[in-house]
Amino acid sequence: MVATLERVDAVRSAPAGGRSRSRARHRLTVLAFLAPAILGFALFFGYPLVATVWFSFTKYDLINPPEWVGWENYAYMFSDKLFRVAVYNTLWFVVVLTVARVVFALGVASVIARLKSGVGLVRTLCYLPSLAPPVAATLVFFLVMRPNEGPLDSLLGWFGIEGPLWFADPVWAKPGIAAVMLWVSGDLMIIILAAVLDVPQEQYEAASLDGAGPVRRWWHVTLPTISPVLAFGVVNSIILALQLFTQAVVAGSAASGSADVTGSTKVLGFPENSTLTFPVWLYTQGFRYFDMGYAAAMATVLFVISFAATALLVWRMRRASHQEEGG
Amino acid sequence: MRRLHRAALLFVAAAMPLTACAAGSGGTGQAGPAAAPGQGDAFTLTVWSNYSGREQDEVTKALESFKEKFPNADIRHEGSQDDDKITAGIRGGNPPDVAMSFTTDNIGQFCSSGSFQQLKPYVDRDGVDLGQIPDAVRSYTEYKGNRCAMPLLSDVYGLYYNKDMLAEAGLTAPPRTTAELLDFAKRTTKKAADGTIEVAGFLPTMLFYANRPPIWAPNFGAKWETPDGRSGLASPEWAAMLEFQKELVDFYGHENLERFRAGLGQEYSTDHAFHQKKIAMMIDGEYRTAFLRDQAPDVRFGTAPFPTIRPDLYGIGFTTGTIMGIPKGAKNPGAAWELIKHLSFDTGTIVDLANGIKNIPSTKAALADPRLEVDENFRTFIDLAVSGKLQGNPVTPIGDAHIKAIGDFATSWQAGKVPDLMAGLAEVDRQIDDQVAKSGK
Repeated sequence: MVATLERVDAVRSAPAGGRSRSRARHRLTVLAFLAPAILGFALFFGYPLVATVWFSFTKYDLINPPEWVGWENYAYMFSDKLFRVAVYNTLWFVVVLTVARVVFALGVASVIARLKSGVGLVRTLCYLPSLAPPVAATLVFFLVMRPNEGPLDSLLGWFGIEGPLWFADPVWAKPGIAAVMLWVSGDLMIIILAAVLDVPQEQYEAASLDGAGPVRRWWHVTLPTISPVLAFGVVNSIILALQLFTQAVVAGSAASGSADVTGSTKVLGFPENSTLTFPVWLYTQGFRYFDMGYAAAMATVLFVISFAATALLVWRMRRASHQEEGG
Repeated sequence: MRRLHRAALLFVAAAMPLTACAAGSGGTGQAGPAAAPGQGDAFTLTVWSNYSGREQDEVTKALESFKEKFPNADIRHEGSQDDDKITAGIRGGNPPDVAMSFTTDNIGQFCSSGSFQQLKPYVDRDGVDLGQIPDAVRSYTEYKGNRCAMPLLSDVYGLYYNKDMLAEAGLTAPPRTTAELLDFAKRTTKKAADGTIEVAGFLPTMLFYANRPPIWAPNFGAKWETPDGRSGLASPEWAAMLEFQKELVDFYGHENLERFRAGLGQEYSTDHAFHQKKIAMMIDGEYRTAFLRDQAPDVRFGTAPFPTIRPDLYGIGFTTGTIMGIPKGAKNPGAAWELIKHLSFDTGTIVDLANGIKNIPSTKAALADPRLEVDENFRTFIDLAVSGKLQGNPVTPIGDAHIKAIGDFATSWQAGKVPDLMAGLAEVDRQIDDQVAKSGK
């Protein structure tokens, strides 16, 4: 704080010309340090972004120069049956996965925060699955949930329950993938746990003195305090769901018996396109059907939806937060 | 300012998927055949294939045989390179000299886009006799008269049957017609007291194992296109194929069949249902003979042409195979063509490679060569290959979009979700025609 005041004073006391030179030098120094990042951002993020929007208005087969086709790719979405299927599947994941992931991570974090012993072990065990590669994690779940053969089916059988076909059933394939995603949500759990542990003890003590029990303390103290972190969890989960690709491809391929088939002969979307997410269909159009113009249009739509959904959510949460502060 | 930062972060997060779509592109153009290297010239050729493990070693051996003609050639073979990587290599301006692709689904795109260079100028210059290659194999290595690829062996599909299981059901010979297949499948199926399937006579589930529409279609006389070049799936032949499948699905019960199927092993694992004696009959390629010999030596099996809907069609079947081309931007196209020509037409090399990886030779001379190791089961596929009745993969500029469309439809049909079969097939035709029209090729 002292250093800051001294620096400001020094600048103020300098003559006008010197101050301006000093500012320019300061800006140049900052810019020089930022330059690699700005350059990388422009090259690997800005350019692809603009190029994708441009490709979305073209016919582009990945090899030959793009041909301008106007809104044709966007219009084609209305007659593409599987586009609607892919949108539905992805929206399903956005809704179900976002709610389930945040609630699950919050639940686990809340339990761990109350543990008296073995905290380190439990925390590690809960976090470890998030380090598993997505392909391996999905294959493990496929084997565990495999009908007739898998341990889950056997376990359910002991209770006289006939388990669903999971990844082989169009109704249960998406919940199966959601289960994989919950298992690997340890990263979010750790973030929420840190937020829960960061809630000031004085607030709990004050609430206790006011007669609040554990549930009311959790509802009125913990939850409002960690709400910004929960908002991050929601945004993070929405984006994760919108980009769901690997797990869907692996689950569909394994269920169709082609998990060990190489490259582009894999069956995507199996069973009955229930695992055909928006990114999977986008990839299929771009890299298997060589219609990169259409794939770019889909990517642009995905971008607009992602941005709009996230912005809306953040705006709503900020508004709610302000209202709470005001009230 | 904080708002601006937050907005920027949101923008970045939301835009992440978008950036995956953008990349560079290159120009086109090919001016005549490149000169062949001199016999004593030293040159390097990079070859990309999707082979791995033992098969990659065998292909490398075949590539090394090229040195008998060009002793100073240095050939670098990189395996596990699929079509996506080949395309990325071409786009990035760093393609191999020779690209080998496992799937003929993409030949339409490779030829029409210029991804693979035209080979006709080389064929004409060197007076290569393409008549050496069986018609069906020729059909899947070109698109609309544009020859941009050559074959490297082929796969032929037929019926596999478990001799013990058939004998147990009192059957001494494999089925020849689809009506017999239906009957044999029912007779060799075993169900538990509660009705669950223990052994399925034959699995009709589309998109599972080799049950793919192009592999089934020839045996029902089903054609992909109408004479005017439009998608022709709304035909009595395709309907007959789907009705045959549905009849068998209904025999098992769809849910019962799905529960059984969901517990079966992966296509190329030792857990494969035929290896595990969980299915009595199946359709598959000749390569399965090698898998069975190595992984399930206790399975007594036989092979035969896949049954047909009409007796006069018997002996027909599907063929596909590995294709080779010179990618656009290849550094040494003249030498690459020499290598491709060697692998496509040198009988000794083809026979050795066919013996090594148990595939079908792709020239008539190699098919008739006495050095070809042929046992009783492999003989079926050789006979099919020389019959002249095989049909290749349907070639389109839209990858496998047409195959996915009919495959998805067949899956829905089998699940009982299609009320009107012909109307449904007509809708699939429309989807395929739309996609082809959109490609503009």
